[in-house]
Amino acid sequence: MSRFSPGDAVRVRNDWPETSGRRVHIRTPHFVRGREGVVERVLGTYPNPESLAFGQPGLPPQTLYQVRFAQAALFPDGTGNARDTLTADLYEHWLEAHP
Amino acid sequence: MTDRHHHHDHVHAGDPHAPISDHGREPSFDYLVLERAVRELLIGKGVFTADEWRRQIELMDSRNPAVGARLVARAWVDPAFKQRLLADPKGAAAELGIDTTNTPEVAVVENTPDRHHLITCTLCSCYPKAILGIPPAWYKSDTYRARAVKDPRGVLREFGTELAPDVEIRVMDSTADLRYLVLPMRPPGTESLSEAELARLVTRDSMIGVAVARAPEPVR
Amino acid sequence: MSQSPRAQHDLGGVEPFASQPIDRAEHELTQFDKSVDAIMYLLSHPSRRLLRVDELRRAIESLTPAQYRDLAYYEKWLQGIHDLLLEKDVLHDEEVMLTCAAIREELMAKDKGGR
Repeated sequence: MSRFSPGDAVRVRNDWPETSGRRVHIRTPHFVRGREGVVERVLGTYPNPESLAFGQPGLPPQTLYQVRFAQAALFPDGTGNARDTLTADLYEHWLEAHP
Repeated sequence: MTDRHHHHDHVHAGDPHAPISDHGREPSFDYLVLERAVRELLIGKGVFTADEWRRQIELMDSRNPAVGARLVARAWVDPAFKQRLLADPKGAAAELGIDTTNTPEVAVVENTPDRHHLITCTLCSCYPKAILGIPPAWYKSDTYRARAVKDPRGVLREFGTELAPDVEIRVMDSTADLRYLVLPMRPPGTESLSEAELARLVTRDSMIGVAVARAPEPVR
Repeated sequence: MSQSPRAQHDLGGVEPFASQPIDRAEHELTQFDKSVDAIMYLLSHPSRRLLRVDELRRAIESLTPAQYRDLAYYEKWLQGIHDLLLEKDVLHDEEVMLTCAAIREELMAKDKGGR
């Protein structure tokens, strides 16, 4: 049972496991951390790549979401128009509900 | 093995005189030697055979953008196929005799007059290899990975593509194991073309999203 | 000025790359490139599952900054594959070194012997 549905407003956690001193493998790009987006699609449930990368089975599996962001919000000095968007495929444990 | 996890490395300023592309040049001698050593050791241990290695290289050579172009052309002429392609790309590929077993899942995103898609993988170089073959060097470059998300219109312009300002550009970062393929819009004036002629208009770059499909040759 | 503690491979929007022109030159894959790609495919095939794509990504992300910056694309793959195979005891350091030395000698003798 996935926690989020298409259309839900979410925020990406502003976590930085890279600074923990542990070896990590993270598939959440730096430029979306702490940012607000909207779930575009629910992509299914998959083993967690963060532990697959270290030879572990990647359990429990995580739901993967295609999350849509406004480009101008991610890159204020970028060349995106007001309408331009960006999507990233993000795992549920990186997302929290955003009212 | 040395732990190399100190990833609070910040950007090391790029050397403006260094070559931007690092692809397609012969490997250094040490890596040439290492490749042969690793391959021979693995074959010697029975991990795979030399035949399997040769066959995989041939299979990769057979995967190229013409495969994707066939899917796009069929979707243009057959609306029911297009729906199947959007819903289940690997199933639709199988209908055309394209074998994608043991490859990552593919999603097809359709360009419309309101929305144009641009595909990238900022974290590495994920690409729908099962359909399009090996990605071009520029797709894997630090420059494209950095720029596509911040300056998509500039990237398109470098490829000679200008979109109207009211078209939404949707940049898609392939951060998980889903590989994205763009279904470009069918160019106007192509109503009388055959499926094979349509396929010739579908370029690799239009299926990545840095370009649109080519216009047909003017008829005399 | 704050700078996010991003990993070296996490390149979205990062300068100076985000302001550079794109080198659009088509580069033919070398035999080396194709071989390394094939080796990874075979090692990660469901019938063997010796390596996972996620592990290779992690191994490449773990290269030193100099390696990440200077090695060519498939050289990085090969270094990552090598490091993982040692990590998993599929290959051992000594046999790799001995095999490399033998190959090196063979190639250099061929070179000296002329065409």
